[in-house]
Amino acid sequence: MILEEPLLCEQTVPGRQGYSLPEPGANLPPKEFLRQAAAKLPEVSEVDVVRHFVRLSQQNYSKDVGLFPLGSCTMKYNPKTTDAAAALTNFAQAHPMISEEEVQGNLELIYELQNYLAEIGGMDAVTCWPAAGSHGELTGMMMIRAFHASKGNPRKKVIIPDSAHGTNPASAAICRYEVVTVKSNQDGILNPADVKAVMDEETAALMITNPNTLGLFEKNIQEICEIVHKQGGLVYCDGANLNALLGIVQLGKEGVDVLHFNLHKTFSTPHGGGGPGAGPVGVKKKLEPFLPTPLIIKENGRFNLEMARPQSIGRMKAYFGNFGMLVRAYAYIRELGPAGLRRIAEMAVLNANYIRKGLEKTYHLPYPSPSLHECVFSDKLQKETGVKTLDIAKRLMDYGFHPPTIYFPLIVHGALMIEPTESEPKASLDQFIAAMKAIAKECEETPELVQTAPHKTFRGRLDEVKAARELKLRY
Amino acid sequence: MRYIPHTPEETQQMLKSVGLRSVAELFSSIPESLHMEKPLNLPEPLDEASLFRHLEALAGKNRIAAPHRSFLGGGVYRHFIPSAVKNLIQRSEFVTPYTPYQPEIAQGTLQVIFEFQTMAAEMFGMEVANASLYDGSTALGEAILMALRLQPKRKIVLIPRCLHPEYRQTVQSLLKNFDVSLVEIPLSPTGGVDPGAVGDYLKEEIAACVFPYPNFFGIVENNRELIQRIKDQGGLIIFCVTEPLSLGLFESPGALGADIVCGEGQSLGLAPSFGGPFVGLFATKEKYVRQMPGRLCGMTTDSKGRRGFVLTLATREQHIRRERATSNICTNQALCATQMTVYLSLLGKQGFQKLAQLNWQRAEYAKETLTQIKGINLAYPKVVTFNEFVLKLPTAADLVLKELKQKEIEGGIALGRWYPELGNALLVNVTELNETEDIENFAAALKETVHGLP
Repeated sequence: MILEEPLLCEQTVPGRQGYSLPEPGANLPPKEFLRQAAAKLPEVSEVDVVRHFVRLSQQNYSKDVGLFPLGSCTMKYNPKTTDAAAALTNFAQAHPMISEEEVQGNLELIYELQNYLAEIGGMDAVTCWPAAGSHGELTGMMMIRAFHASKGNPRKKVIIPDSAHGTNPASAAICRYEVVTVKSNQDGILNPADVKAVMDEETAALMITNPNTLGLFEKNIQEICEIVHKQGGLVYCDGANLNALLGIVQLGKEGVDVLHFNLHKTFSTPHGGGGPGAGPVGVKKKLEPFLPTPLIIKENGRFNLEMARPQSIGRMKAYFGNFGMLVRAYAYIRELGPAGLRRIAEMAVLNANYIRKGLEKTYHLPYPSPSLHECVFSDKLQKETGVKTLDIAKRLMDYGFHPPTIYFPLIVHGALMIEPTESEPKASLDQFIAAMKAIAKECEETPELVQTAPHKTFRGRLDEVKAARELKLRY
Repeated sequence: MRYIPHTPEETQQMLKSVGLRSVAELFSSIPESLHMEKPLNLPEPLDEASLFRHLEALAGKNRIAAPHRSFLGGGVYRHFIPSAVKNLIQRSEFVTPYTPYQPEIAQGTLQVIFEFQTMAAEMFGMEVANASLYDGSTALGEAILMALRLQPKRKIVLIPRCLHPEYRQTVQSLLKNFDVSLVEIPLSPTGGVDPGAVGDYLKEEIAACVFPYPNFFGIVENNRELIQRIKDQGGLIIFCVTEPLSLGLFESPGALGADIVCGEGQSLGLAPSFGGPFVGLFATKEKYVRQMPGRLCGMTTDSKGRRGFVLTLATREQHIRRERATSNICTNQALCATQMTVYLSLLGKQGFQKLAQLNWQRAEYAKETLTQIKGINLAYPKVVTFNEFVLKLPTAADLVLKELKQKEIEGGIALGRWYPELGNALLVNVTELNETEDIENFAAALKETVHGLP
């Protein structure tokens, strides 16, 4: 049972209170500074507030309810242990403006996490400050720009494959680079020759995602890195799909110069309905002088902060990154250890392949090369009956599943991008496969049932055109 | 491994059904030469009890003063977090979903964002607010970039020295590669924005001026006249609010003429957490909404005409617009925004005003009490402040703080690191958590310390 729930503003009863505060005195600042019209916040009781948010929460599908197979999002289980770790009083109550001596525990944790991530990615140094993946991209690209600038020419262009996340070109643009798009080949990966054709001495970097957004390993990565390096360029790797490679491959060893980690994907910190995340960045030795400040330096067993470094790109954010997420990722790595991390990659890849095998006769698989952590289908076979990817996604909700990522990567028309992660048991994958097959059958027999889905959810299909046209962004 | 469900039998069954003999074969698409030869060089796994023992030992290396014995602010504020906030924010249904791209099964998250946008806009006195950015410092960077997009021909942005120093640093990094001059406006004699210095830049190239409100020293300035002069030159007004609780008492940025308001929501229900995760706030006028960074949630209807919410105006964002997007931001701080929304819901219209008053009154009492100590004065005696103010000490602030720590008191922030011109200056923050007795204890300890030092 899911209940209708108005906005809290609509539940306001003037004079009703949800706070517990001592009564302030009568003194006030000078009149000319005072607020003339009070902020119209709700006037409700604590009971109203609790019911409101509990009811709203019940309108959500979440990972703790079931399979959440969003491709490239790595919606794995978020261990409760790690939430409890971040809530430990001495972590949660640490103020960022106190002296180093008083936060030795925090600095040690971050320092060690940097080392762990460096080992996992095969990098030489890591900064933990970026607040999310795209903030990591920006940090990484700023270091690349600073590196080139230090050699006399920041260069003008960045090469990005057509299968890349939209954040890659957007981050490159903030670093004032022109984006050169390179097409993936018929196997869904980059051809070294295509990179070579656009690579020149005005190109600062190649931004690559490995495994890429089709779930395929860029097997020519070494050759591609060599081509880029030969012209003095650097290779940036988007680590969004690192879950497939934990303990299997160290990307830094293949020639990658900069790599970001999504702690909210690979290292299980919760997505929170859209954040917070954390996007640490690893670099090779030659980029170390450009790391953002502050830096944590270990000297005689003590951890100190280096606040300035001559060639550093500077500060990327106030204070010390999304520390609460760093604690969670640290706890996760310490609980799993080297064998556990490798096991994650193995079972994540097994699960994706199991789904792929289960559905490859029912849905069109545009790229038949072997998949790693995710598989991408299209709606080509279903389109003939007038049903599109969006309809299939919505119909999955009626079967009790969150839909996969849809219409991405852009190079697949009507893409359905499925990443089950290692968290799912065989039984849940079997149920998902059965649901997808049942929907395919419905596409043939009762297409309108799929086209008008979902039918069993709290809300039916929402009018996105109306939302954009009759913009209503607040009460 | 408790987070991975596969038994050896299931693994074998699954391998068989995908036509493979071993787990290793799953990775056959990766060239042999790239495979790791050895396991990762990481510590061995810990069971949960051992893990907590380890984590507690690590956390135990921190020395954290009790909140009522702390007078630390500087952009991160200690306020009481009601139990209902802590309880509600732990609900899996808020913690573990993804960004609400599938609105039919994410109405909870979406309605919360809509209410968050409503409250943020209301608080700032603005027309629209977005669904959050990373934090206050990066939100300010985005605000400046937006101002530059709105006025592409203008190249000067004024950044007052009384703005949070780490915000200034963040903005400098972000804008380093843009063709724009970030001009630092010196401190006025009263610790605020120097109008004379701003006047030098009142010409056609001015894109925007940032007004910290309250500023890093806790000072609340209206700057009504100055704002009008900048507007007359076509410059945009950006307000940056690091302590939004102040808006329960002081005039809203919107009423003072802001075009864009950015800020930090931490003080509204989030723990200090060593500086993050927090929640970046961003609001503006409706006419500028298409140049706004970040996600937006809008109201609409479903197939049966019932009210519902969706993410909207996505054509501004990176996943559609790629290199021409208004920002590269994707993941934001949704759960922190939820936390702030719950907190503000509980405070409500009156609680927000009362708590603000209480903070102001406690700080005024602290000002009075602390300046009775011989040799200690207010650095800016005649200004209006919110819950934070600057003391001039007779000796080095660093040394004083160190001594106070021996008494388990966090006396504030020594400003010398960023403002050497202020001498022995100490930034003191007082909130509702510091009761009269705590302030008096602090004063006694400070007196003893100052007079005990050479």
